[in-house]
Amino acid sequence: MSTATDNVGLELIGLNKVLGGRTIIENLDLSVKKGEMVSLLGPSGCGKTTTLRMIAGFLIPEAGKVILAGKDVTTLGPDKRPSAMVFQNYALWPHMSVFKNIAYPLKIRKLAKSEIEKRVHDALGLVNLMHHKDSRPSQISGGEQQRVALARALVQEPDILLLDEPLSNLDAKLRVKVREDIRDLQRRLGITTVIVTHDQDEALSISDRIAVMNDGRIEQFSTPQALYDEPATEYVANFIGSLNRFNGDFAEGRIQTGSNVVGIRPEDVYFSAHQVPGSHAATVDLVVPRGHFFEVYLSSNDQKIRSFMSSEIPQVGDSGFMRISKALIYKDGKLVKVA
Amino acid sequence: MAHTENKLNIQTSSWLIRFFLSGFIGFMALFILGPLFWLAIRAFVTEWTFPNLLPEGLTLRWWKVIADDGSLLEAIKNSLIISPIVVLISAVICLPAAYAFSRYEFFGRKTFLIGMFAANAFPKIGLFASIATLFYTLNLMGTVLGIIIIQVLGAIIFMTWIPAAAFSAVPRNLEDAARDAGASKLRVFWDITLRLAMPGILVALVMSFLAAFDEAQGTYLVGVPTIYTMPTKMYALVLNYPVQISAVFSLLLAIPSVILITLARKQIIGGQLAEGFQIK
Repeated sequence: MSTATDNVGLELIGLNKVLGGRTIIENLDLSVKKGEMVSLLGPSGCGKTTTLRMIAGFLIPEAGKVILAGKDVTTLGPDKRPSAMVFQNYALWPHMSVFKNIAYPLKIRKLAKSEIEKRVHDALGLVNLMHHKDSRPSQISGGEQQRVALARALVQEPDILLLDEPLSNLDAKLRVKVREDIRDLQRRLGITTVIVTHDQDEALSISDRIAVMNDGRIEQFSTPQALYDEPATEYVANFIGSLNRFNGDFAEGRIQTGSNVVGIRPEDVYFSAHQVPGSHAATVDLVVPRGHFFEVYLSSNDQKIRSFMSSEIPQVGDSGFMRISKALIYKDGKLVKVA
Repeated sequence: MAHTENKLNIQTSSWLIRFFLSGFIGFMALFILGPLFWLAIRAFVTEWTFPNLLPEGLTLRWWKVIADDGSLLEAIKNSLIISPIVVLISAVICLPAAYAFSRYEFFGRKTFLIGMFAANAFPKIGLFASIATLFYTLNLMGTVLGIIIIQVLGAIIFMTWIPAAAFSAVPRNLEDAARDAGASKLRVFWDITLRLAMPGILVALVMSFLAAFDEAQGTYLVGVPTIYTMPTKMYALVLNYPVQISAVFSLLLAIPSVILITLARKQIIGGQLAEGFQIK
């Protein structure tokens, strides 16, 4: 039987960080299970990178604790921590070959030459870069550089892998492939991973759990599905996915006057020519093709609402009936009811 | 018809431009290389005076004169010993300063950085005159140490500005990555920062060496008549020796510059030198 603490890969307790006289991180708690992949998601300036740099040891918190694999590392420098980081623009050393870049962490650990050779080859195999081992970083593509950076981190066999916006410098197609590769590798190695990103797609597709950050705090920490279905705060609801937002209340399938905030996902809004229970008269204002779906702007009872539809697309000016299948009701920014 | 005329005009004008351009380039080449060529010939001929189109004969006599003349050899020896010492001392003083200028924010940082130009912004002879007064009281006149101090002053600007820019150009995240990989701060400086700043530092070393090697004003003031270096010996040569000796000596004086600039050419053309003087 393993105890609770045995199962914790990373624990942040009451972290505070002040930079340039401004509080960047305020009383932040986070607990990541061993082998779990967690995203820190938020807009720029929300403190996600600062948090990552505190985990890596580049920043020392003013208060609080960083516990890595059961060890308090709060005041240790980055060279003394069992963490390895992949930097945003990879930070490969231009004067070293791919092989030497990956071997460097092991050389510092004073491993035997044969051992270094073996482990670097293993790491190169892991990211499919054997053929580039003697290339310079400048001679390989961005995606390949990214994999070298990943190999350089993995070769250290860290207790925790830290990824700082690892995909932001790749083009859209490559991004999807690389994030799948990263996820696959992470699962296979069972390595505890924290990834910083501002891209909700990336976070939703790659993580076991997502911590949505805002203004130095974690707004919500849960699975991608829970985050989408029941966003705990209005901020999260707005940040993840699309949202129709109304001041008022939700009753009898429509927005009523009231003191709360109602959030409705466009995919929960249906339109048809026929009336069904709970639907209300509506007209089509605008239809925007968005590739695999259509964005339809409806108005009903003086209210404008957006709907995502993929079949039976109406024409502009059509009259019909609109049904709302789900609404999120917020009071003071916090979720109070799902209707 | 108008079309062909036009075309003709364009062709004529482009031909004209090319003609004048090549004429200009040829003139500049002659202007710059001509004297050097003349100098090089002078070093190897017996006599070459006005009405003769060709020199009277070839000889290595002038080179032998220098090889046999103790005072000339002494000057060469002095130059070859003093300049490397100056480079070494200025590197020891300036490289840590360059790192500090690049990486730390401290009181008066900008003032010091710009202030270094002050020594080069005014006629040096004024500066040297006041230094001479100081050197007399410190008994540094006519000493090797005095010359070294004077030449270090001239090397400081190269040795600080260029390496400071080179240190600044090393991306911080490359250092962070090495720290993350387990390297101590000292190791990071050695393996990453210094290694990546090296091209800039090499250019600074070359420029400082040349500045020291060619320095004549201050060295003359402090050293003569006790100590001569190659440039200060030139003064005496021009006055007291046949002109061919000066030619030989000029060639000797040019050798280190040519070798060093050739070696560092890639870095200098690559912009390390220009980058070094961008004020931040």
